[in-house]
This record gives sequence, structure tokens and C-alpha cells, in this order.
Amino acid sequence: MAVAANAASTTRRAVLQSAGPTLFGVATLLLLGLIWEWAVDIGWVSPFVAPAPSAIVQSFPGLIEDEGLFEALLRTFLETFCAAGLAMCLGVPIGWWLHRSSWAGPAYETWVASCAAAPLVLLYPLFLVIFGRSSATIVAMSTLTGLTPVVLKTKEGLDGTRRVLIDVGRSYGLGQGTLFWKIMLPAAVPTIANGVRLGLIFALISVVGVEFLINFGGMGELIDDLAQRWEIPKMYGAIFFVILTSVAFFYITEKLEKWLRPV
Amino acid sequence: MAEASLVRSPARRRPARSLVTPIRIATLLGLWLLWEGAAASGLLYEGVVPSSFKIAAALGELVTSGMFYYNLELTLYEIAVSVIIGGTLGLAIGLALGANRFVGKAFESYIQYLAPTPKIVFLPILMVLFGVGAGSKIGMGTLSCFFPMTLSVASGVRLVDPVLLRVGRSFNLSLGQTIRKIYLPALVPPIATGLRLGLGVAIIGTLLGEIKMSNRGLGFLIMQYYAQFRTPEMYAVLIVMFVLAAGANAAVARFLRRRGVI
Repeated sequence: MAVAANAASTTRRAVLQSAGPTLFGVATLLLLGLIWEWAVDIGWVSPFVAPAPSAIVQSFPGLIEDEGLFEALLRTFLETFCAAGLAMCLGVPIGWWLHRSSWAGPAYETWVASCAAAPLVLLYPLFLVIFGRSSATIVAMSTLTGLTPVVLKTKEGLDGTRRVLIDVGRSYGLGQGTLFWKIMLPAAVPTIANGVRLGLIFALISVVGVEFLINFGGMGELIDDLAQRWEIPKMYGAIFFVILTSVAFFYITEKLEKWLRPV
Repeated sequence: MAEASLVRSPARRRPARSLVTPIRIATLLGLWLLWEGAAASGLLYEGVVPSSFKIAAALGELVTSGMFYYNLELTLYEIAVSVIIGGTLGLAIGLALGANRFVGKAFESYIQYLAPTPKIVFLPILMVLFGVGAGSKIGMGTLSCFFPMTLSVASGVRLVDPVLLRVGRSFNLSLGQTIRKIYLPALVPPIATGLRLGLGVAIIGTLLGEIKMSNRGLGFLIMQYYAQFRTPEMYAVLIVMFVLAAGANAAVARFLRRRGVI
């Protein structure tokens, strides 16, 4: 009986110890929110500069009904998935080609890696001139942004296939195609999934950014529109939803990648 | 034999290595010819793809004009201030998150999840707070630089040898002395990495802020040329911006490598 009580108390302490920092973090955020509300309330902070959190929350119904928040979110997602899908369709074969070819890999891999670190978003005026102010500009730019991690990770995954697996495949007399589909690709899937995840995140950042810059499309355009109309609480609300969406996106893709990765 | 081609052996790679430079030169030449072909074909709207010779001429004119240096100076000023502010804030908060496990557990996940959000959406808030001048661009650069610096320093602090900290405690070092004498010297590599990453994103953030709305700076120059449909000039400024962003990153990396920091 005493042992059971001890175990329960130890478990309770462990739960409290692990939940303590989280609770402290949430409580601090709530406290900061209350201070912000109070500062606006007593006139220390102008509501035209930083509206009270309650005003931002109150703007949500208007944001959904009048401003078409969900339609904007849907459009941003569609553009993101379109760009990430294109990046995947192009990136996996390019990565495979870089892995397979004896000359393409050494010649182009560093170029692709440099592109991954390059500020591609700064090229948006160039895309604007070529594709015009349309979804094509957003998708083309975001595909380019999402392409490099997919290419690099596909090559890395295929390069890293364990030699022993290939040897076993060969000993069973597998052909080149079968060896690729049955052994190399499955072995590379976790690394490719990591590349696709990075590609998706890069594409989302790029889509929202370009939408905002060219004032066209989903959430980026909505934020820019609200800022130009000086609808400050709604603008803060829309920014809050973008943050929420990207955090959720990041979290879900992280979990999916962990699920795909063998223990 | 066919199977052997699937997995490249070092022996097969060696002869290909000697071909790398010629292949790269041929690729660049091919791309240039493709560009020139597109410019001469008239298939695209006139002026959208100007000849590289026109772009080179515009670039030459740009770098010899005083107006370019005036705008460049302002952009460099905004970037420098944003790196100083963002870097210092990132260093302080990174130290706090890394040195205290409780604080780290409480707040680091928020920073980690906020780091990949598109920072450009904060530009309207920064404009409301600091106006459309240099302040909002510095704000954009600061925000961009802050996250990589914080995360790099926080993870670096956790790698500081605990023996050093115990020795510091046995000498009764105060918090300030511990930071100055133990943490900062041990944190040079993560600070350098954070600074390098932060500089890269601060340049992008500042330039994007200028492109969206400003009346000075390289970003403003681009949008002015875009509005006037002076595409060779626009491409010339884009080249300068790209070289500035990529060159700064490469220069800092080289400097740090030479000093043995990374």
C-alpha cells in the first residue's frame, strides 16, 4: 500500500516537473497578453498601433465572414501544395539523376546547394516581369524555393543506401529497375521525406511572402489589403492565423516525418 | 554490368571529376546562349528578356552613378543596424534559454516554431510601429536575424563543458563574470554561425521590406525600374542585390574559416 502511494507520488512529481515549464510558458504568455490589454485600456498603447488582444479576438468573426479568411487560407494551401508537388515531381528525378550520373552529381550538386542558400525570393520582380501578377508567379517562385531541399535530400538518401542491401538484391538476381524500386527507393524514403517536408515549409514561406509582396492570392494578399485599409485589429488577426497555420504546418509535417523514419 | 551502374564506385567517379570544370563552363555557356536566343527570338514580350549585353551596359552605368551609392549606403546602414540589434537580442535571449533548463523548456519551443514563419507578414505591424522609413526595414532585418542567432546560441550554451561551470562556481564567479569568462569564449563558434545565418536573412528581410514599400535603398531602386519597365536596369540592380546577399554570406564564412572559428 505504502509502495503504491510512493509510486503515485513519484509519478505526480515527475508529471509536475515535466509540465511545470510548459505551464509557466503558457502563464507568461497569458500574463503578457493581460499587460498588453491593460496598457491599451489605460491609453499607454494606441489601439491604432497595437489593438488590445480582446479587439483582435473580436475581429475573428468579421475576418471569417467579411474578409473570406478560410477562402484565403485555402488558396494559400492550394498554391503551397501545387508548388511543393511540382518541387517533388521535379526534385526527386533530378536528385536521382545527380545520384546516378557520374558527371552530373559532381558538376551540379554544389550549384544546387548554393541555390538552397541563395536569397531566391529577391528574384520575385524577375518572375513578375515574366509571369505577370498572377498565381503562376507565386507557384513558380515557390517551386524553385522548395525544389533545392528535395533534390539534395533525394541524392543524399540514394547515396546513403547501405551497400549490403544492394549486394543482397544483386545476389537474388534483381534487375536494375527492381533494385531501384524494391531496395534503393524504400531505403531512401525517410531522407526524401525530410527533403519534401523542408520543401513544403520553404514553399509555404515563399507563397505567403510573394502573395504579400505582389498583393495577389491568399493570406499574404489579405494581410496587405487589411493593412492598406487600416483595419488594424483584423490585420493582427490575419497575421495571427498565418503564424498559427505555419506552426501547425511545421508541427504536423515534423510528426509525419518522424512516423516515416524507422526507429 | 547494368546493375553496377546503379551504385557509383570511387573508381568511376574519378575520371568524371576532371570533367567538372568543362561541364560547368559548357552549362553556363548553354544557359547564356539560351538567354540570348530568347532575347533575340521575340517570343517573349519585348524587354522582358533583354540581351545580356544590355544588362551588362546597365550594370556598368549603375555602378558608376552616384545615386546607386546613395541607395547602397542606406541599405547597408539598415542591414548593419538590424544585425547589431537582432544579434545582441538573440545572444541575450539565447544565453537565457540555454543556461537555464526551466526557461529553455518553457519558451524555446515557441521560438523554434516561430522561426520558420514567413517574417514578411510582420512588415505591416513594423510599418505601423516605425513608419515607412528606415525604421521598419531595420525592424524586418532585426526580426529575421533574431531567430537564427537565438537558436544557435541556445543550443551552443548547452554544449558548454559543465566542468568549466563548476570551476567557475568554485571560484565564486558572479553571473556577469560567468557569462564574460566562461560562456562567451566557449560560445564563439555558435555565435559566429548564428551571426552568419542571421546576416544572410537580415539582408533578405531588409531588402524585401524596401521592395515592398520605401522611398530609398536598393529595393526601392528595383521597384522604381520595374514600374518604369526599365528591365535591363532592374536586372542590373537584382544582380547587385544577389551578389551582395550571397557575397556577404560567403565572405563571413571565409573570414570565420580562416580564423578557425568554424
